[in-house]
Amino acid sequence: MKLLGIETSCDETAAAVVQDGREILSNIISSQVDIHARYGGIVPEVASRQHLVTTIPIIEEAMAQTCWSDLDGIAVTIGPGLAGSLLVGVNIAKAIALAHGLPLLGINHLEGHIYANWLEGRTPDFPCICLIVSGGHTDLLVMRGHGDYLALGRTRDDAAGEAFDKVARILGLGYPGGPAIEQAALSGDSTLHRLPRAWLRGSDAFSFSGLKTAVLRLVEGKGGLGAADIAASFQEAVVDVLVTKTVEAAKRLGAKQILLGGGVVANRLLRQSMAQRSPLPVLCPSPTLCTDNAAMIACCGYFHLKAGKISGWDLDIAPNLRLP
Amino acid sequence: MNFVSESPELTQQLGMRLGRLAKLGDLFLLVGALGSGKTCLTQGIAWGLGIEGYATSPSFVVINQYQGRLPFYHIDLYRLERIEEVIELGLEDYLYGRGVCVVEWAEKGLEVLPKEHLLVEMGFLSDTRRGITFKPSGERYVEMLSELNVRERAKKWSLP
Repeated sequence: MKLLGIETSCDETAAAVVQDGREILSNIISSQVDIHARYGGIVPEVASRQHLVTTIPIIEEAMAQTCWSDLDGIAVTIGPGLAGSLLVGVNIAKAIALAHGLPLLGINHLEGHIYANWLEGRTPDFPCICLIVSGGHTDLLVMRGHGDYLALGRTRDDAAGEAFDKVARILGLGYPGGPAIEQAALSGDSTLHRLPRAWLRGSDAFSFSGLKTAVLRLVEGKGGLGAADIAASFQEAVVDVLVTKTVEAAKRLGAKQILLGGGVVANRLLRQSMAQRSPLPVLCPSPTLCTDNAAMIACCGYFHLKAGKISGWDLDIAPNLRLP
Repeated sequence: MNFVSESPELTQQLGMRLGRLAKLGDLFLLVGALGSGKTCLTQGIAWGLGIEGYATSPSFVVINQYQGRLPFYHIDLYRLERIEEVIELGLEDYLYGRGVCVVEWAEKGLEVLPKEHLLVEMGFLSDTRRGITFKPSGERYVEMLSELNVRERAKKWSLP
């Protein structure tokens, strides 16, 4: 079975064709990061206009080697994300599905991040603990089977990726913050500053707002000196909290595996620390499948189609969608 | 009207009292630096409206919507640089009477935001202390603050 996936939830326009939820036949991503870099973040109106321009050409590119008549469904992200951006993808997906008489599958972007793990040639073992960390989300959940989730905890204030972006801005390291902090931290000493960690004991929730404020105070006190050391301490504090809480939850709940997903998982320190400190196997997608892409949406759509979860023509966007 | 909050929890409690007083169409404009407690106060307002859980930062998606006893819109202009970008957001869909609105980083859009509002200025005093100043524009918000004040006094008087 071949599915076309379409993803326009944020600042990447992406389309992909995936066979049987496993094999990537094409995976095209057009990033707007250069356009947004000058604003230090995503500007919603700019993003949705850019999607309007790029989505159709990106879909044509993804479909270059596949006949429309060979497709078995169209999967599209309905949320969470920017309303204007989601609308572009969902309406184009509807039009294509209607024109070709194909089933339409509305997909939760967060579930897509988890399913990116199926694209690496492995079969995750249930139950698993999933950690989704990105610019907009920090969610810890249990996956008991396909489409069967239980939320454990999420951030109470800033998402981990958002903290990376805001701290990069405080340190004058530019946008996007994740790679900028990771690069700066390479030449920094993480032991020089001890930054606070919000453990929120007894809960699986996260909080990164206090850490961001602590960095701001530290920078103000130092007159902008030693950005690399601060970046290294900050990165270590975020990773320490994410790894400790995820491993703790996995042990407590008797999970068989830990699955990671989301843009922040492209961070090498997070991948390494999780693998080192977890007694269970840790699966994470390759960096290009951690960040937003449409292959994960097509893969997730395949499992929805198999389960008969087909969307109606009244499919709407859901900018504040959660999982489950 | 000025308050000094000694902790994030007290900032949330103050927000909760505001949330309980809020009516359809109310607009809170929050102004203050990174880490001054804007999201904390907003979480309290959401609780006061009967919304469960934590209102998280909308920096990434710009607007978060919640349903409490009234619809609640949590807007964050942090990412925006130019006033044109604020205009392009089409915030009027939310700002005029459809629910209760909190706008963080409102200083980026003061020129185009409604003239009647409660301005909340938040400042950093020390690691845990924050200064919070309320400036009402319009009769509705003068009334809201006097109600808040009465309740504050009643609360103080009831202490042993």
